[in-house]
Amino acid sequence: MRARMLLNDFEPTVICKASKMAPTSGNNPSPSINLVIAGHVDHGKSTLIGRLLHDTNSLAEGKMAAVKAMSERRGMPLEYAFLLDALQAERDQGITIDTTQVLFNSEKRSYLIIDAPGHKEFLKNMISGAAQADAGVIVIDVEEGIQEQSRRHCYLLRLLGLKELIIVVNKMDLIEYSQRIFDHLKKHIIEYLSEIDLVCKAVVPISARDGQGLIDLSEKMPWYTGASFMDTLDQLPEANSTNHLPARLPVQDVYKFDDRRIIAGRIESGTLKIGDELLFTPSNKRAAIESFEAWNATSQKTKAIAGESVGIILNEEIFIERGHIASLSTDAPIETNVFRGKVFWIGNKPIIAGDRLKIKIGTAEHTSEVQSIENKIDLSSLEAIDADLLEKNDIGEVVFRTKSTVALDSFEKNHRIGRFVLIDEYETVGGGIVSMQGYADQRGLYDVTSKNIMAVSSRVDINAREAYNGHKGGIIWLTGLSGAGKSTIAMEAEHQLFSKGYQVNVLDGDNIRFGLSADLGFSPEDRTENIRRIGEVAKLFAEAGILVITAFISPYKQDRDRIRAIAGDIFHEVFIEADIEICENRDPKGLYVKARNGEISDFTGISAPYEKPRNPELIIDTGDQGIGESTTKLLSYIDEKFSI
Amino acid sequence: MLFATPIILVAMDRLDTLEAQSIYILREAYAKFDQLGLLWSLGKDSNVMVWLAKKAFFGHIPFPLLFCDTGKKFPEMYEFQKKFTAEWDIKLIVEECPPIEEIDPTLPPASRSAARKTEALKRLIKKKNFQSVIAGIRRDEEGTRAKERVFSPRGTDAEWNFKQQPPEFWDQYKTDFPAGTHIRVHPILAWTELDIWRYIKREHIPVVPLYFSNKGKRYRSLGDHDITFPVSSSASNVDEIISELESTKIAERSGRAMDHESENAFERLRTDGYM
Repeated sequence: MRARMLLNDFEPTVICKASKMAPTSGNNPSPSINLVIAGHVDHGKSTLIGRLLHDTNSLAEGKMAAVKAMSERRGMPLEYAFLLDALQAERDQGITIDTTQVLFNSEKRSYLIIDAPGHKEFLKNMISGAAQADAGVIVIDVEEGIQEQSRRHCYLLRLLGLKELIIVVNKMDLIEYSQRIFDHLKKHIIEYLSEIDLVCKAVVPISARDGQGLIDLSEKMPWYTGASFMDTLDQLPEANSTNHLPARLPVQDVYKFDDRRIIAGRIESGTLKIGDELLFTPSNKRAAIESFEAWNATSQKTKAIAGESVGIILNEEIFIERGHIASLSTDAPIETNVFRGKVFWIGNKPIIAGDRLKIKIGTAEHTSEVQSIENKIDLSSLEAIDADLLEKNDIGEVVFRTKSTVALDSFEKNHRIGRFVLIDEYETVGGGIVSMQGYADQRGLYDVTSKNIMAVSSRVDINAREAYNGHKGGIIWLTGLSGAGKSTIAMEAEHQLFSKGYQVNVLDGDNIRFGLSADLGFSPEDRTENIRRIGEVAKLFAEAGILVITAFISPYKQDRDRIRAIAGDIFHEVFIEADIEICENRDPKGLYVKARNGEISDFTGISAPYEKPRNPELIIDTGDQGIGESTTKLLSYIDEKFSI
Repeated sequence: MLFATPIILVAMDRLDTLEAQSIYILREAYAKFDQLGLLWSLGKDSNVMVWLAKKAFFGHIPFPLLFCDTGKKFPEMYEFQKKFTAEWDIKLIVEECPPIEEIDPTLPPASRSAARKTEALKRLIKKKNFQSVIAGIRRDEEGTRAKERVFSPRGTDAEWNFKQQPPEFWDQYKTDFPAGTHIRVHPILAWTELDIWRYIKREHIPVVPLYFSNKGKRYRSLGDHDITFPVSSSASNVDEIISELESTKIAERSGRAMDHESENAFERLRTDGYM
C-alpha cells in the first residue's frame, strides 16, 4: 500500500510524510544500518540505489531534474545511476569508480547505503565501502548470472565479517519476468553461498530500471512469494554491538595536557568500569581504572561500553604507549610473533614469501616478514590451491612473522582485534583476518615466573668434563615431519657412537611423552611447552658433557629458536628432510591414515603447520638416501664438531 | 559478596556513535601528524568540530585553528570569531586570501571567488609546513564529498586525485605518504546536516545567529556574503531548524552559488584543493 502511495500519488505532502525520518525517540535516533550494495560490474547497483531513492521520494528538490539534464546531454534515457555517480568521469564512462554513501530512510528505520563499485579495477574501493557494512546486498544480472566479481564480492563480504546476504536478481524485465529462469539462478546462488558459509537471507527478483519489486511486490511477478526488496531490508536485524565480547581497548595515545595522565582510546569490544584491573599487552603491565575523564561532562562516568572513545586515569603510573591493548586480566588477547592470516591482496606487485610489510592491528604497527604463502582460494571451485604468491585481487592464506610481539585475537573470537591491514612503503596493499589455527599463544613463555632463584656455578668445569669423556657435549636437534626418519637415525647414530665410546643419550617421544611431558597433549600450546621442557633437559645433559640427540617433529621455528637462544653454541639444528608424500607413504605408525580420516587433529603436515628451518647446521635428505647413508652423514658431522 | 554488581548497558544512540567516531579520528590525526591545524570557517559544522576537539583532548586543543579570511564574511561571523577565540582558549592563525586577480580566470565567477580560499590555504600549508589539515566536510552535503576518505591524501599542489583514492577500511587510515603530499582529515564526514543540529541542541553549542530566521529568511550554509544566499524559512531557533530539516526537500548547499555554475563546477573546485 505504501508503495502504491509513493508511486502513484505525487501529492508532495503525502510523500514527505512517507519518507520522513525513521522513527526516533525524541532527538536521539538509533544508529542506522550500514548496508553495502555490491556485485559484478554493470549488474545495476547504482541504478538500484538511484531508483530506490527516487521511488521513496528521498531526493532533494531539483536533483532529479539535474540528472535528467545530465542524461540528455549524453543522449541517454534517464540514468538513475547518475544520482550517485557524482564524478564527471563516472558519468562519462557509465561506471562507478569509487564507493559512495547515502543516507536513506524507510518507514521503519534509517539506512546508510554504501554503493560499491563492481569493476575489478576498483576492488580496493569496493572494500573501502564494504568494510563499514553491517549487512550486504549482492546484485546479480539475471541474464549474466553469477560472475567473477559476484563471487569475489560474496567471499570478501564473508571475510569482512558478514554472516548473511540478501541477493537481488536484477533486470528481470529482460527475460520477461520468467519464473523458470529465476528459479534456476536462485538455486545456484543458494548453493554457492552455503559453500562459503553464508546464509542467504532472501533472493529477490526485481527490475531496478522499471521499478519492479523494489518498494512493493511487482504485479509482473505474481509467482514470487517472498517480500519486496524494501520489506526484506526492513526485516534485517539491528546491527550487533560488541559489548558481549571480551573487553579490548587499544591505546591511541597518552595525554599530559595538565596534571592528569590520561590514557586515550576507543573501546573496541566489551565494557569497562571503575576499579577494573587492566592488563596491557604486550607489555604485561597491570593497573586499575581510577576514573573516566571527560570534558564538559555533567556527571562522573563510572563505566563505558563498546564504541566509546574514552579517557582513563589509572591508579598507578605504569609505562604505556600507543599500540598496547588493554583488557581485563582474566581474558587477555593472544601474544605472538607468528600468525596466519586469510588475506585479500590489492597490491600491484604480488605478495611472496620474504616480503617485508608493515602490519597495522588496532592502533599498533609492526614490521613483519611473510614467512610463507600457504594457499590461494579458487573462487569458482572454492578450493584452497597451492600457491607461491598472491596477485592483485587474490585471496589466500599467508603466515606472517613479526619482529616484535603482537597483541591480537583470532577473528573468530573478536573480529575487532582479529583483523589487520598491510602496508608496503606508502600504500595499503591488503587486509586480512587472523587465524591462530596451528599456532600457540606465547604469553608467559619468555618470562621466568619464580623471582627468588639464583644460578649457582658448578665446581667441575666443562673442559674437565670434555677431557674425561674424550668429546664435547652438545645438542643434536633433529627436526622434520613424522616419518622423515628422525627416530631411526637417532637410534642408529646412538648405537654407533656408543660403540665408539661416546657419552650419548637420545631423547624422543618414548622417554619424554610418557614421563616428563605426560601431562601434555598435542595442541599448539602443549607442543610448545613440550619442546621447551625437552630443550631445558637437553641443555642440562649437554652441560654435563653428554652428547644429546633429540628426535621430535618440533614444527615451530620459534620453539627451536628459543632453545638455540638458551643453549647457545652447543645447539646444532639438523633438518631431516623428506616430502610429505614420502612420509605419508612410509607412515610407520599409521598416523597419516588416521590424520586423513580426521581421527587425529592438529597433525603436522596435514592439519597443523611445519615450519622448515631457515639455516640449519645440517640438512639430511632421507627422500633419496637410505638410513645407512643418512646416519653416516650425521656421524661425520658429529665427528667434525664434537671431537677434541 | 558472591556476585559482582551487573553492569547495566546503555546502548549508544546515533549521536553518541558519531561523536565517538569523530573523537577517534581527531586523536588518530594528532597521534600521527606533528604539524596539524583545524580549519575553522565559523560555520555550524566547524563549530561542532571544535567542540569535538575540546572533548577529544579534554579541554585543551593541542593544535592551532586556521582561518582563511576572504574579507567578505558576514560581520556576525567576525564577531563570533572574536568572542569564541577567547572563550574557547583557541590558538588562531589567520591567512588573508589573495585578491581575485590572482585566481584562474577560466573558472566561473562564483567558483573563482571561492577558489581564493583554496589559494590562501595552499599558501598557509606551505608557510607553516602543515602535514595535515582537519576540515569539516560531510558526505551528505554534495556528491563528490560523499566519495571522500576520512584521511584524504593531496598532491604537492593540494590537488585531489579522486580517481586514485587509497583504500580505507577498518578505521586504519592512510598515514604513510611520500614527502610533499599532505593529508586532509575529515572527522565529521559521516554526519548529516540534521545530526549537526541535533548535536548542537544536545550540547548547547553556540552558532552564528545568521542561521536563524530573520524576516522569513535564514542561511543554511555560510560563506562569503556576495556568493551565499538565504533560503525562505521561519525557523528561528535550533528546535525549529531540526523540525524544518526533518521534512525539507531543499538541498543544504542550494544557496552556495559556486556549486551550481556548471555540471562539474564544484568537482573542479575540489579537485583543485577546495575543501
